Amino acid sequence: MIDCKAAVQRLWGYLDRNLEQAGEEELEQHLGLCRHCCGELEFAKQIRDRLAAGVAADKVEPPVRERLEEFIRGLEGSR
Amino acid sequence: MGDTVSFEGLVGPHLDYMYAFAHKLVGDREAAEDVVQDALLRAYRGMDKLRNHERPRFWLTKIVSSVCMDRFRRERRREHDVSIDDKHQFSLFDTLVEEDPFPYSDRLHLDFLDLFDDERLIAALGRLHPAHRTALVLAYVYGFKAREIAELTNTTVGTVLSRLQRGRGQLERALWDCARERGLVEGAGS
Repeated sequence: MIDCKAAVQRLWGYLDRNLEQAGEEELEQHLGLCRHCCGELEFAKQIRDRLAAGVAADKVEPPVRERLEEFIRGLEGSR
Repeated sequence: MGDTVSFEGLVGPHLDYMYAFAHKLVGDREAAEDVVQDALLRAYRGMDKLRNHERPRFWLTKIVSSVCMDRFRRERRREHDVSIDDKHQFSLFDTLVEEDPFPYSDRLHLDFLDLFDDERLIAALGRLHPAHRTALVLAYVYGFKAREIAELTNTTVGTVLSRLQRGRGQLERALWDCARERGLVEGAGS
């Protein structure tokens, strides 16, 4: 069975579904017996969720938008 | 052709996205605005490609990534890249348990992540190697698959997976370093 070090290295790949089947099975076998790595897996999920949550804040501030739109109009006017 | 969409009509719906993506890569609002302007200029020059592209946002993502990478190469200002030693595996999960910055918390790891609003998260991302940061943002903020990131950044899937692996390790270290330097986890040992 793989040890904790090898398991931790595979956790994000597991979450991303980038592991080969054999690697996934080895990890799941380890997770079934190791509470520490289950905690690491849960934490990796939480970090991923935190990164994804940043998308909600994606808004250009109005003055910046105005300048960018003016820049676009300038490009179109230069034709 | 009378029904041809203007350039503004093509890129306008993606401005929020382009700006926010650029901000996450360059870490600074003023620089992000410059990046978007450069990207708009490149997009304008390739407007026919944009008009015919099945996924205009994908194409614009590629342009913004490329402008940012050119900028990183020019500036070579990423002193922090070398400060993050990813040769030695760092576990933020274990560090939090060992340092125990919130002794009365029963949700230690979540409390730590709650310290990071968007600005702090972007500051932590700014410590990563630019190529690793780009891969991480594309994958985990915007949900692109490894093969898409490979196409967006002109590299191989293997390289993307390697960048993600190293980027994740660097991010854990950067989150911890940022929290300590900003005094967010006072009391944690050095």
